[in-house]
Amino acid sequence: MTALQDSGATLLSLRGIRKAYGNGTVALEGFDLDLREGEFLSLLGPSGCGKSTALRLIAGLAAPTAGQVLWPTGAPAPGSVGFVFQEPTLMPWADVTANVALPLRLAGRTRTEVDSTVGETLERVGLGDFAAAYPRELSGGMKMRVSIARALVTRPRLLLMDEPFGALDEITRFRLNDDLVALWRDLGTTVVFVTHSVFESVYLSQRVLAMTPRPGRVFGALDIDVPRRDREFRTSVDYAALCRRGSRLLEDAMAVPAGDHP
Amino acid sequence: MTASRIMRVALPVAALALAILAWDLVVRINALPPYLLPGPGRVAATLVADWPILSEALWVTLSITAQALILATVGGLALGIVLSQSRLIEHSLYPFAVILQVTPVVAIAPLLLIYLPQPMAVLACAWIVAFFPVLANTTLGLNSVDHNLVDLYRLYGASRWQVLWHLKMPAAQPQILAGLRIAGGLALIGAVVAEIAAGSAGAGSGLAYRIAEAGYRLNIPRMFAALVLLSAAGVVIFLALSALSHLMLARWHESVIRTES
Repeated sequence: MTALQDSGATLLSLRGIRKAYGNGTVALEGFDLDLREGEFLSLLGPSGCGKSTALRLIAGLAAPTAGQVLWPTGAPAPGSVGFVFQEPTLMPWADVTANVALPLRLAGRTRTEVDSTVGETLERVGLGDFAAAYPRELSGGMKMRVSIARALVTRPRLLLMDEPFGALDEITRFRLNDDLVALWRDLGTTVVFVTHSVFESVYLSQRVLAMTPRPGRVFGALDIDVPRRDREFRTSVDYAALCRRGSRLLEDAMAVPAGDHP
Repeated sequence: MTASRIMRVALPVAALALAILAWDLVVRINALPPYLLPGPGRVAATLVADWPILSEALWVTLSITAQALILATVGGLALGIVLSQSRLIEHSLYPFAVILQVTPVVAIAPLLLIYLPQPMAVLACAWIVAFFPVLANTTLGLNSVDHNLVDLYRLYGASRWQVLWHLKMPAAQPQILAGLRIAGGLALIGAVVAEIAAGSAGAGSGLAYRIAEAGYRLNIPRMFAALVLLSAAGVVIFLALSALSHLMLARWHESVIRTES
């Protein structure tokens, strides 16, 4: 693994993870990962390489068959990990406010506390005017904003995102990418972002980890040390060069024969 | 929208009026005697003349239907919730519910009339047929919740109770309400079947008993009048439950949201 440019403390380590499902599928094998406090990390790989499984293990939604999930600074309390799924995954019977308020309600926060925090979070993701709207009244991009607001409403230490923008059109995706970078800068949350897009991972993250085909493990890393992530960066020569390196890394990772492990 | 709305009300009304007119014409042209086939006018007149007897019977039938529906809803929801909490309980109890449902209620009614006092037996019959759709739909609804939402609740440390109350119950609403709509009609059918069975044993005072009694006396117009009341009761129950469903799902569910074109 290449050196980290971010010198934050280790938030999370995955060691020698193996995850096999009941039907015999081995999603992860020999999967190692170190996550630094405050960094933006992307897991890059083709569909079915175990990216989502890795995310579910980190979230505690699934347990590894073998290996360890270590939290050096203590296991996260409920609410300190936010999760954004591929689909917006909203409750259709509840309005935007109630959807975003869900994590706080489940944590038993008081009404006034919930109201002020939800209002503030909606403003932050640009949904201030849609507090009373129902999910079906919103576009795909706005639903995803609600989903992100819900994940951020508890001020999580760690935000896990599972191909959240995969189903959106490119214009919407670019805008949400910019907003996500801004939110990450403002909030200082650690982010693990799963994607199959080289361009997206290079644009967003400080570190890209390319995964091998199933059973997945980390093949290699690409560090992205750039001062700004904006429209200028997106059209820069640097960006193009980094994307080229990312693509090559992904190609090499995918060339690893399935089941071949050192 | 107004044009389509007029169509939705006017067409069924016109079709119904035409059918009644045809019925009237058949009776008049063939000069059929009322003891063979009474015309709609004669049935209406009987309805008015026999109203004291029929209204009392209607009230009995409706109250049995309502009680059965309420008990079926409470029982179906409660058992559905219990079944959704544990596979073990589900696999043990569900066969009983299925057996109860597939055994024709007409065949169970005579036994119930032996074991239970007559009003209780009628209520039990109506309950048996109304219970299953509520149970089946509750189970279906509770088990069809988006698994990602269930994961999300787990991630935030939700208790079993919170998952049930805040996630599964609201998510199952459309299915539960659909089950209720079916159960409403079935409760009426169950009550009528049991009353007919009880009536042949010589007791009862509901609409179905009045039909059986009028049949023995060859009072065909009264049979028709009672039948009209039963149909009307069934339609009203269906409409009331549809309205309830519409009211509860209006803000969010695809089944009630009209797309603007």
